[in-house]
Amino acid sequence: MRLYVPILVLAVLAAGFAIFSVTFGALAGPKRWNKAKLESYECGIEPTPAPLGGGKVPIKYYLTAMLFIVFDIEIVFLYPWAVTFNKLGAFALVEMVAFVVAVLIAYAYVWRRGGLDWD
Amino acid sequence: MRHVLAADPTLTDFSQLIWWMVLLKVAIVFVFLLLTTIFMIWFERRVIGRMQNRPGPNRAGPLGLLQPVADALKLPLKEDIIPTGVDKLVFVAAPIIAAAPSFVAFSIIPWGPTVSVFHHRTPLQVADLPVAVLLVLAMSSIGVYGIVLAGWASRGPYSLLGALRSTAQVISYEIAMGLSFVAVFLYAGSLSTTAIVAAQQHFWYAWLLPVSFLVYLVTMVGETNRVPFDLPEGEGEIVAGHMTEYSSMKFAMFYLAEYINMTTVAGLATTLFLGGWRAPWPVSLWAGANSGWWPVLWFLIKVFILLFGYVWLRGTLPRVRYDQLMALGWKILIPLSIVWILLIATVRAWRNETHSGVVYGTAGFVLVLIVILAWAWDSGAQRHAARLAGGYQEGAAEPAVADGGDAAQSFPVPPLDLPHYHGIGVRGGAEPGSGAITGSGASKEVTGA
Repeated sequence: MRLYVPILVLAVLAAGFAIFSVTFGALAGPKRWNKAKLESYECGIEPTPAPLGGGKVPIKYYLTAMLFIVFDIEIVFLYPWAVTFNKLGAFALVEMVAFVVAVLIAYAYVWRRGGLDWD
Repeated sequence: MRHVLAADPTLTDFSQLIWWMVLLKVAIVFVFLLLTTIFMIWFERRVIGRMQNRPGPNRAGPLGLLQPVADALKLPLKEDIIPTGVDKLVFVAAPIIAAAPSFVAFSIIPWGPTVSVFHHRTPLQVADLPVAVLLVLAMSSIGVYGIVLAGWASRGPYSLLGALRSTAQVISYEIAMGLSFVAVFLYAGSLSTTAIVAAQQHFWYAWLLPVSFLVYLVTMVGETNRVPFDLPEGEGEIVAGHMTEYSSMKFAMFYLAEYINMTTVAGLATTLFLGGWRAPWPVSLWAGANSGWWPVLWFLIKVFILLFGYVWLRGTLPRVRYDQLMALGWKILIPLSIVWILLIATVRAWRNETHSGVVYGTAGFVLVLIVILAWAWDSGAQRHAARLAGGYQEGAAEPAVADGGDAAQSFPVPPLDLPHYHGIGVRGGAEPGSGAITGSGASKEVTGA
C-alpha cells in the first residue's frame, strides 16, 4: 500500500479544498430571498412540476450504459494481455484474436439491431 | 506488495516514503493545477479574443493577467443559490465529487527523471503504480458521478438532460480512450507511467502508433466535454447542462474540474505518446537535455501545446450534433481502435517469433478479418446513407406519418431528418410538397436564396 500513500494524501487535500471552497462560498455570499430566483431555471416561464423521484429517463441512455459496461470490461481484459504479450508469445495472439472476434460479433449484433442509433 | 515491486524495478523509487517529500510533491502538484486553471482561463479568453479579432480581457493587471484572479475573488462573494425542491445533500456533494478526483488523476503523471532534492534522490512524480493509467480512467469515471448527481439533484429539465448527455458522451468516449491505450501497453509492456516514458527513449509512441495517438486526441476532447464535443453545456439548447442551477463556488468547482481534467488528459497524452518529459528531437541532440531539471520544461511545453490545441478547437469549430457525436465514438473510433490493436499485436508477434506457423496463420486470419470488417463497415455506412436519403424525401412529403409509425410506444418527438437541416428544403414550409423537389438547384429557386 506504500505506493498509494501519496495519492491518498493528494485526494485528502483535494477533497478538503473542494469542501472548504463550497462551504466558504455558501458563507461569504449574500442571502437575498426571492421566490422566482429560487425556482429551477426554465428561461423565465413557470418551471415544470418536478416529478417525484426524478421522473422518467429515456431508455436509450440505459442501453448506452449497458453497452459501456460490456465494452469497458472487454478493455479491462485487454490490458493484462497487452502487458504480458511479449512473454506469452503466439499463444496470447491466438487467444486474443478469438476473444476480439467474439466481441466483434456482439458489436455487429448491437449495431444491426439499432443499439448504436441515436437521434 | 514486495513481489510487485520486484517484478517492476522502476517502482522501487516510489516505495521509499519520506514524509516531507510526499507533502512537498503533493503541494506542488496541487498548486500547479490551480495555477494552470487560472492561467488557462486567461489564456483561453485572450487567444479566442485574438482569433475573433478583439482584444479579450485587458483591463485587470498587465495584459489582463489578473482577470481570472478577479473572477476567482468574485465567485465566492456571489449568492450561493440552492433552488427549492432540490435534493440538498446531493446538490451540495456533486461539485465536490466532480472536483476532487480530477486532482487525484494528475498524481501519476511524471514530470521528469529522478533528481536530487535537498540531497535526496527522488523521481519527479507524486506516485507511480503498477496500474497507473487505470487510475486516470477510474478517476474520470468517478468524476462522471459528480455530473450525474448534479443533474439529478437539480430537478430541472435542462440539468437532467445535460447530465444524461454528458454521461453518455463521457462513457462512450472512455471506451475508445481505453482502447487507444492498449497498443501503448503492448509496446511498453507496463501500465506504469515511468516505464512507459522509459520505453519511449528512441521513438515516441505518437510516431510508432499514430492511429492510437489520433484516437486518443479525439477522445480526450470528448472526455473533457470541450468544443466541438461540448453538448452537455450546449448553451443554445440546454442553457448550461448540469451546471444550470449552480452558482457561486459550486459552479466554480465544476469549472475547476473541467480545466484540471484538460490538464490531466494533456499530461497523459504527453506521457503516453509524446515521450513524456523527454526532449523533442533537435533539443535531444544536446546530451544534457534529458537530465537534471530540464525535462520539466519539455514536459510543460508539450502540455501547453496540447492545451493550446483545445483553445484553438474552441475558436475554430462549431458544436457537433448529438447523434454525430455518438456515431463518431461508437461507429468509427471503437472499430478503428479494435482493428488497429489486432494489427499491432500481429505485427508484434511476427517480430517476436518469425518462424512460427501459428503466427503466420493468425496473421492471415487477422488480415482476412480486417478486410471483412472494412467491407461490412463500408456497406453499413452506404446502407445508412441510402436510408437517410430515402428518409428526406419521405419526411418532406409527410413528416407526421414518416415519424409517427410507432408513436404509441415511443416518446413524441418531432421529425428528426427534415430536409432543411441539410440545406435542401424550403424556408418556412411555404407549400406542402415543395420540399419533395430533390434537385438542389430547384429547391434553391423555391427558397429564393
